[in-house]
Parts: sequence; C-alpha cells; structure tokens
Amino acid sequence: MNLYRIKFLVIAILASVMFVQCDDDENGNVIVQETCDDGIQNGDEVGIDCGGSNCEPCVGALDFSGTFVQEDIMGRPGVNTVFSGNDNVKNMFNVSLVNDRASFQPTFEMTLEDYHDVYGDALMTTIDYETNILGLDAPTFTTVLAQFDALQVAPDGQTTYFDPTTGAVLTGRTLSDDVIDISLTLMFGGTTGTRFDGNNGTPQLTSDGVDSGDRDFSLPFPYLENPIQE
Amino acid sequence: MKKTKLIAAIAGVGLLALSAVFVAADHIDAPAVAGTTTDIADLYAFEGDNPNNTVLIATLQGSLVPGTITENASFDEDVMVEFNIDNTGDFIEDLVIQAVKRGDSMYFFGPAQPAQTGLSSEVATFAERTAVKISTTDDFQTATNNGMSFFAGPRRDPFYFDFNRFNEVVSGAAAPEGFLPPGEATDFFQDLNVLAIAVELPNSMLGTAPTHVGEAVGLSNLPPAYNVWVSAKRKQ
Repeated sequence: MNLYRIKFLVIAILASVMFVQCDDDENGNVIVQETCDDGIQNGDEVGIDCGGSNCEPCVGALDFSGTFVQEDIMGRPGVNTVFSGNDNVKNMFNVSLVNDRASFQPTFEMTLEDYHDVYGDALMTTIDYETNILGLDAPTFTTVLAQFDALQVAPDGQTTYFDPTTGAVLTGRTLSDDVIDISLTLMFGGTTGTRFDGNNGTPQLTSDGVDSGDRDFSLPFPYLENPIQE
Repeated sequence: MKKTKLIAAIAGVGLLALSAVFVAADHIDAPAVAGTTTDIADLYAFEGDNPNNTVLIATLQGSLVPGTITENASFDEDVMVEFNIDNTGDFIEDLVIQAVKRGDSMYFFGPAQPAQTGLSSEVATFAERTAVKISTTDDFQTATNNGMSFFAGPRRDPFYFDFNRFNEVVSGAAAPEGFLPPGEATDFFQDLNVLAIAVELPNSMLGTAPTHVGEAVGLSNLPPAYNVWVSAKRKQ
C-alpha cells in the first residue's frame, strides 16, 4: 500500500466518522449530533451508546460488586442528635436497625427529662416533661422516637411534618417544614403546645427563632436551590 | 440536625469564630461518622409537583462553605446511599433505591426489593438503572427514566436552625432564657451548601401504603403512610 493510498484510507475513515457524528443544521453549520441513543457503537464509544467522550460510561464495564455496611442512618430530623445523649449512644444508633431500637427508649426518655431538669435547676423548681399536644406521655413519645424512627410518607393527600394551618401531621417532610419548632413544641410545649413559649416569664423552648429566611422552596425538580456561590 | 463538616466550616469561617464552631459542630453529630463521606445531614420526603409522585431527598456531608470547599466536595465511590421504603408497617425495607457514584455520574438502582435487608447490602444491579451526571456548582444536570427523575450534586442547604443557640440551650448556658427571639436568633445554615441526592418517582412504584404507625400509639385520623429512611453504607 503506497503512501497515497494510506492517506486516502485515513481520510475516508475520518470522513465516515464525521458522517456519523455530525450533521448540518438548517443554517448550514456543522453541529455535533449526540449518538448515545442510536443503538449502534459509533464515534469513540466503548460499547453501544456508552463510553467515549460523549456518552455515559458503559455500565457493564463498571464494578458494583461488594458488600456495603451501614455507617449512618436517618429517619426523622434530629432524633439521634437530640435524644441519644452521648457520643457512644449516637454511634450505636447509627449502626442499628430501625426495627431493633427498643434498647434506646430508656436513654431517650432520660435525655428528654434531663433537658427539662436544666431549666428546673435554673429556675430552682422541678420541671418534668408534660404530655404533648399529640397526647403522648414521656414513655410513649420516646418509644415513637426510638422505635419508629422513619418519616411517615402519605402517598395520598398533603405531605408535611406538621402544618398548623391544616392540622396535618406526620405525613412527610417538606423542605419548608419548620421541623425544629415542631420538635421543640413536642418536647417542651406540653398539652397546649405553649407551655414554655417565652411568654409569662417562661423560658423560650418551643421555637428557635429562625425561619427559612430568603430560601426559595418553589423550584421545580430537584426542588433545591443552586449552591451559594462565594 | 445531623449537620456539619468540621473541616469545611472551620476552613471557611473566620479565626475568631473558629473555636465556637468547632465546639458546636463537635456535639451535633456522632463522632464515628462526622465529617466523613457517609455523614447524612437530612432526609426529606414529600409530594412532587405532580401529585401522583413522591420526592425523596437526602443531603450529605454538610455543611459546605461556599467556594472552594463546595467545589471540591465530592461523593465517594465506596459509599452507597440507600433510600429505604417499608410498605408493610414492620420497619423492614421492602423497597430500596440505591445511589452509587462511578466516574462523573451517579448510578441509581431501583426501586427494587433488596436481595437482603439490614445493615449489609449489595448493589441491586438486577434492578432498573439510571445514570445522571453529577452536577457541579456551575453545571446543572438531571436525568429522567421510566417516569422517575434523578439528581446528584451540590445545592444550598435547605435546613434552617439556630444551631449554636441550641447547644447553649441544652447545656444550660442559655438557661433560663432559652432560645432567642426572631431577629436576634441566627440561622447557622443560612449561607451553607450541602451535597444532595434527589429522586422523584410515581407512587405506583412504591406499592400500597400501610396503616400509619401513629395509630399504634393512639393517634387517629392519620392516612396510610410508608415508612421511609435513608442509610449510608460503605464498601468493605
């Protein structure tokens, strides 16, 4: 094969590649056409419609083998952080199963009472947890927290952690739900929800005083704002 | 409330505030996982813009200061993030949606019945699989497949909380006043980012919801509800 023929062959191959990968738009400009869904291996694809510079990596070539072991877990907001009480319990909670948490309930109840004791001591009186607005006494409340630590998510109807305007409760968690104030109210609000709301000389324990500020929760999927830029 | 990436916070915050942030952050998460790539920050589950869909969002590796810290934050190829759905009421996962990073993409598997439940998992490679290119601070990517939508990448942290004051409230340092009034309280997460993984899928893929667990403790008039949690698992 002489040099001329080799050159010709190279040009022919390049031309065929270009023919597959490119197309003319209506303005006559050459544009790159995505070929990652044409059902054939072309361009620099490694497999059919995968790999190369334009397409997703070939899944068959990817290694998804191995055993993955739990290091962290979360259902409702703040449960482990707030109720586990100490680092050792927090670590144990993170590597436990949702349906095997009965042993955490006594710790959770003790922590809940400890938080009340902080204010009892400061006010030189006895303050204990009082049955909350959901009607849950301390053992029941902490059982719900310890043993059923998942978000309950209703497929039909409103999804919210708690919406005071509709009364819907425990049917999901939206981005805008003020889960801190809701949790604080369940912990410190007592039967009325206003037991320690900062009024009448009481400590403010039912609201942290912040709302969502300038966050925008009206965006389409994934419903989250762009990252804050520097 | 499980928040904080200490290094990130420390690197981005002024030296004067450094010690305060460190103390606060040290107390907010379990030490074994804090600051690692399996550190879950939050879980959200709500109805999508399409009322027949449910949206699941997990945030991880919070909190990321804007700029270099956020740009350099990345998912870990040795970590599986797994949304768990219990649709029978026994708090054992009946369906999972798994997310595993490979290269510049996040690979989603499911929803599918896992081969095994519990603390150890394998990737459900037999399940429906969708790849989405991982977004960056200036490249936004989503993918759709079979009625589902997928996203992975940095986002502004949607969580809001006067976290520093909380630590003072529970330690007694803020007793007997408690939390601060609006205007004086400070949202610790106001200008911080987080890595997010989001899935939206039709409820028809999740099966029939069981009786709401609240009924078991005497709460009434609650609609049937799945039990949903997220776990982060590391390859052994």
